[in-house]
Amino acid sequence: MSIVCLQLGQCGNQIGHELFSVISDDSNGANRKKYKQCSDERFFYETSTGELVARSVLVDMEPKVISQAIAKASKSGRWRYGDKADFSQKQGSGNNWASGFCVHGPRHEEAVEDLVRMEIERCDRLAGIFTMMSVAGGTGSGVGTYITQRLRDLYPSSFILNQVTWPYEAGEVIVQNYNSVLTLSHLYQLSDAILVHENDTVHTICSRLMNIKHISISDVNKVIAHQLASVLQPAYTADSPCHYSTNPIGELLTSLVCHPEYKLLSLCNIPQMSSTSLAYSVFNWPGLLKHLRQMLIASARMEEGIDWTVSAPSAVTSAGESGTNSRQKSFNLSLANLLILRGKDVSTAVTDGFRDPALYVPWLKTENSFSTWTSPVAFNGYEKSATLVSNNQSLLKPLDNIVRKAWNMFASRAYVHQYTKFGICEEDFLDSFTALEQIISSYTHL
Amino acid sequence: MTQSIVVQVGQCGNQVGCRFWDLALREHAHVNQMGIYDEALSSFFRNVDQRGADSTGGRINALKARAVLVDMEEGVLGEILQGPLRSLFSSTQLISDVSGSGNNWAVGHHTYGLAYREQIVDQVRKAAEHCDCLQCFFLIHSMGGGTGSGLGTFVLKLLEDEFPEVCRIVTSVYPTAEDDVITSPYNSILAMKELTEHADCVLPVDNQSLVDIVGKIQHMSNTGKPGGTIKKDCTIISGQGGVVKVEKPFDAMNNIVANLLLNITSSARFEGSLNMDLNEIAMNLVPFPRLHYLLPSLTPLYTLADVNVPPRRLDQMFSDAFSKEHQLIKADPKHNLYLACALMLRGNVQLSDLRRNIERLKPTLPFVPWNQEGWKTSLCSVPPVCHSHSLLALANNTCVKSTFIELRERFVKLYRRKAHLHHYLAVDGMELAGFSEALSSISALIEEYTHLESPLMPNAPRLTIAT
Repeated sequence: MSIVCLQLGQCGNQIGHELFSVISDDSNGANRKKYKQCSDERFFYETSTGELVARSVLVDMEPKVISQAIAKASKSGRWRYGDKADFSQKQGSGNNWASGFCVHGPRHEEAVEDLVRMEIERCDRLAGIFTMMSVAGGTGSGVGTYITQRLRDLYPSSFILNQVTWPYEAGEVIVQNYNSVLTLSHLYQLSDAILVHENDTVHTICSRLMNIKHISISDVNKVIAHQLASVLQPAYTADSPCHYSTNPIGELLTSLVCHPEYKLLSLCNIPQMSSTSLAYSVFNWPGLLKHLRQMLIASARMEEGIDWTVSAPSAVTSAGESGTNSRQKSFNLSLANLLILRGKDVSTAVTDGFRDPALYVPWLKTENSFSTWTSPVAFNGYEKSATLVSNNQSLLKPLDNIVRKAWNMFASRAYVHQYTKFGICEEDFLDSFTALEQIISSYTHL
Repeated sequence: MTQSIVVQVGQCGNQVGCRFWDLALREHAHVNQMGIYDEALSSFFRNVDQRGADSTGGRINALKARAVLVDMEEGVLGEILQGPLRSLFSSTQLISDVSGSGNNWAVGHHTYGLAYREQIVDQVRKAAEHCDCLQCFFLIHSMGGGTGSGLGTFVLKLLEDEFPEVCRIVTSVYPTAEDDVITSPYNSILAMKELTEHADCVLPVDNQSLVDIVGKIQHMSNTGKPGGTIKKDCTIISGQGGVVKVEKPFDAMNNIVANLLLNITSSARFEGSLNMDLNEIAMNLVPFPRLHYLLPSLTPLYTLADVNVPPRRLDQMFSDAFSKEHQLIKADPKHNLYLACALMLRGNVQLSDLRRNIERLKPTLPFVPWNQEGWKTSLCSVPPVCHSHSLLALANNTCVKSTFIELRERFVKLYRRKAHLHHYLAVDGMELAGFSEALSSISALIEEYTHLESPLMPNAPRLTIAT
């Protein structure tokens, strides 16, 4: 089955390009014929001349980034973008969500829908639609939200998974918190799940783990692409233990999104390091999984600087008091986790640490809360690699920060006129705030 | 790529405009050595063939400025038509009259506005039709006289009516207290009302600050200490390398304003790792529609002959941008409240330099509580001619109100005695109510700035969800 990707706005197009690059590099490694076959079918189609073409639609309101992505892809020699798979305009949305959502989106919906329809019709079977966008700017967030809404109407029974990038807290767009609030509140109604990357976290990974001195946007995007590919590349799952699963998005959603009120997914990945130190490092599964488990419960996004003092409340107290004091403040409670293991000796990896009922909400059976995917193929140059996709409380803090800052600004009605100009009124803002406060409250009281 | 049209009105507007076109040509000639008509060039210039039709791509045939020049006297426009820049404009782009506005806002706004409305709209529309994607109008005018302030603000309103979707950025030259035009307070206050209501952004510049900066640079270049010598002609007041060879008295000052316009558009014209489109300026810097006066400051003012720039000097550039001496209008932003601030960098500056300096300067700059992270940044890889790097800071700061308060005082002094009023009221369309409305408009504006400075109530309580 195939996934149709949608790259929206500057950030989405940059990440999309990196994602296809990683996938293509990874699939072309040695000894992985079936793996490559499955991955190729999932992300590319073959032309009559044997070229691989990405199943992706590129949308932006200005031409620069898209043309760069297309040129770089052709240069790789391994794959390229479709001849008529991109849509761009001359003038951007100017950091204004309302301009993207109310003006550019409706104006160009037919053109974009046609592009997506063509890609979907090209698939034998559609596994789902995967979109990539940032929430801070105007095009990715505004047009992206509008297009997601249209696709939800057009393909009511298809899976839609949105990858969103959250901006640096001290960002480069002053109105980013407004744009984020408007995007997230709308997407939450439309999307099947929202996969979140925070620029701040990824930036720290680049500086601490990858040891990059002058971090560029491209370095950040590479890390995001690596993490995404580790989820989306072929793997054996509970539903198809002997063949590579054909339904990655569907199975991801079944394992992680058990309730429509909870659909924010976070990602962490281990190990992650510069290629020079990688050559001298040896990993074993128990070590990796021990770290990953602690990252989960202490809500750390990196293997460095984990707080090892945080522990899951023991089963006895949580059963006895099931109250506030048994639940440590810093303990990160999960709704569901999906562990993806790739590389040597995956069959020997013991994942019992993740089956502890204390990690999960009491109202779900642990066997429904935890799933594992495996693949014996080494991933993207790492002999062993473990990725955890999780539906838990770790995004509460950054989400709360976004809402708090946007709310402070909204209290003085600053910048609101820029949005009303395009038809987003104060009521719409209030609705969005209410929706997000509801999400924050739901996750807080898990 | 998007295009912009420059509309220059009045004597001052046209003089500044000409310096802009000269320096813009110099900058593009510097970057574009091959003489190819590229996208960067297309943002302000058309490439026309012998028959005057647009030709895209390829070599430069003849460049025409995307501009409309308006003056109600013949002097300055006549000079342009005979000067070295004449080939940039076709005669239809120039709109003039013979008698001038007599330093009377009402004559410029009402009499000439009515008379030339059709002609101006026609020319602007023609210029717009030559654009692929028109993004922005740059209006250049002065506040003190009659034509620039009166007709200039009339044109502003006209642009809003005819092209409501296109951004309007106005560069306004404010008079100084020792101005020789006695009616300049009237003209300025009447023009202010129009600017407040119809512009998207206003970049206020005042003559005294420009004079001071010119003086400072000349002082530096005359008393150069060894090791601190200024690289000749590498100052923001120099027009060296342009096509205009004869220097006129105000050229040094006007070059500063021309550089301001070049820098503000640099990120839209050239490549960079962090682009800033022109429509992002208003979006990020204007939290309330009327408070759109953005204080510009340019650094460095000159480049030293010593080529080894220590990083300390780069940091100095950032510090200077916030000092009183580098503002293009008399104001002290550091001791007043910032609503938002943009840093537009050109040349050899890294993202890390930018972040480091923001972190360094942030504690010394008071920001409004709801916009503690109110920074908008851009990095353009092409530096200005002669410099290795440069910074344009645009600050939305409450200190701009001091200029307005001063103007209002001078206005009230005249208005209380009804001095010169009859000259205005004799003009068709001008009524006494116009004066009181303009006065209450600027008072309201000052009040809005003051209100922001008053200690705010604690943060509004968040919405709570019933559980």
